[in-house]
Amino acid sequence: MAATEKEIVDGLAEIVNEIAGIPVEDVQLDKSFTDDLDVDSLSMVEVVVAAEERFDVKIPDDDVKDLKTVGDATKYILEHQA
Amino acid sequence: MNSTNRTVVVTGIGATTPLGGDAASTWEGLLAGRSGISLIEEDWAAELPVRIAGRIAVEPTETIPRPQARKLDRSAQFALVAAQEAWQDAGFTGRAGEEAAVDPDRLGAVVASGIGGVTTLLDQYDVLKEKGVRRVSPHTVPMLMPNSPAANVGIALGARAGVHTPVSACASGAEAIGYAIEMIRTGRADIVVAGGTEAAIHPLPIVAFGNMMAMSKNNDDPQGASRPYDRDRNGFVLGEGAGVVVLESEEHAKARGAKIYAEAIGQGISADAHHITQPEPSGNGIAKALQNLIDNTGLKPAEIAHINAHATSTPQGDIGEIKALRQAFGDDVDHMAIASTKSMTGHLLGGAGGVETVATVLALKNRIAPPTINIDNLDPEVDADIIRGEARPLPEGTIAALNDSFGFGGHNVVLAFRTV
Repeated sequence: MAATEKEIVDGLAEIVNEIAGIPVEDVQLDKSFTDDLDVDSLSMVEVVVAAEERFDVKIPDDDVKDLKTVGDATKYILEHQA
Repeated sequence: MNSTNRTVVVTGIGATTPLGGDAASTWEGLLAGRSGISLIEEDWAAELPVRIAGRIAVEPTETIPRPQARKLDRSAQFALVAAQEAWQDAGFTGRAGEEAAVDPDRLGAVVASGIGGVTTLLDQYDVLKEKGVRRVSPHTVPMLMPNSPAANVGIALGARAGVHTPVSACASGAEAIGYAIEMIRTGRADIVVAGGTEAAIHPLPIVAFGNMMAMSKNNDDPQGASRPYDRDRNGFVLGEGAGVVVLESEEHAKARGAKIYAEAIGQGISADAHHITQPEPSGNGIAKALQNLIDNTGLKPAEIAHINAHATSTPQGDIGEIKALRQAFGDDVDHMAIASTKSMTGHLLGGAGGVETVATVLALKNRIAPPTINIDNLDPEVDADIIRGEARPLPEGTIAALNDSFGFGGHNVVLAFRTV
């Protein structure tokens, strides 16, 4: 059962909250992980691994650099989830 | 800065130990002769030969926000708690730069640990074996590297004059403070935040130290297990925590009207070159460090009223230190009130020099020295005035006190402080 866009954003919000302590309501599609959500390059690896498990998707290291915003990640997961 | 022999003073202190979450509660516990040792409750300890330790009294996650804490090894968490306390105690609120009185280019940090992020290393190896490659934390390396506590303190306070981590096993914390004193004395920095930290209460270090026959296995009496100078002592008890001081040039401290705890006179250093773990039995190596202290600083043995000894409660080590004191100071030892606060905190390894420097400085400031507890029968070989059972007032006038720290590898570090 593939996740909807809302389910993915809510899921990413919980992950970012756990890793960076940002309130879930602040995690919006237009927010940048590094500039707005206090997710540095190391923590981004944690976000990716947690998202892979949660949404049953593979995000290769080479693709991670393109995921600048929550919207980028949501779109990627929507298109690649099993 | 051309000055090469500046006077250094202590203007802030911080600690988190088995006796309390800050310097004040730790000091209160030390003066009261309270033991911070208890049975390790976790399941992993149930079958170990050693099941006692000095656990931290207040978990650092009570003050460090969770997102920050999860990227820090426990040893760095302790260091950060103690450093923030010391920083505020010195009268600062923000980082260097934001804080007008502190130029970041003149602020240093020297924080040491004996074995670094050992619990991170071991826990992440468990993750690798049990959950696979992908689950190993990307924060593992910056968490386990031994310079992580110093680096994180430096980042938190904005220290740009230099951030250092001398590693010398159980002398590491003292070596850090000695290094910091030199940074200020020689003009490299005006303020240095310095100390030691350790977080090694984990089955592997406990079993490893236990297999060296270095630890007390007195599991039936945790609070009586650390008993330096007692006839029946049988090894050290592992403790965890951190102690940090703010060192400052006297000139800088006076210019900003800072509260001054004591003068940090300097250090004496030597190495045994004898055996990787056994102390040199005659005490010659330690005596050389004491002599170097006197030669380097001009301190007179007659001034020394108190010694916070290294004495870890091992049969050989406690006596070697006393022999060395006799060798270096002769009859002057008779007027030195000696205590091992490890009888209460356990042995904090690289954290010991930090916590014990805080205790030494507070003893001078308050003119009262903490006791050594658990001496039921003083070892007859201990030819010195040991403070037993109850805290003891120190004399009036200008007095000095020493903090001894020695480490596996034959590292001998002695720090000296004086009332102001």
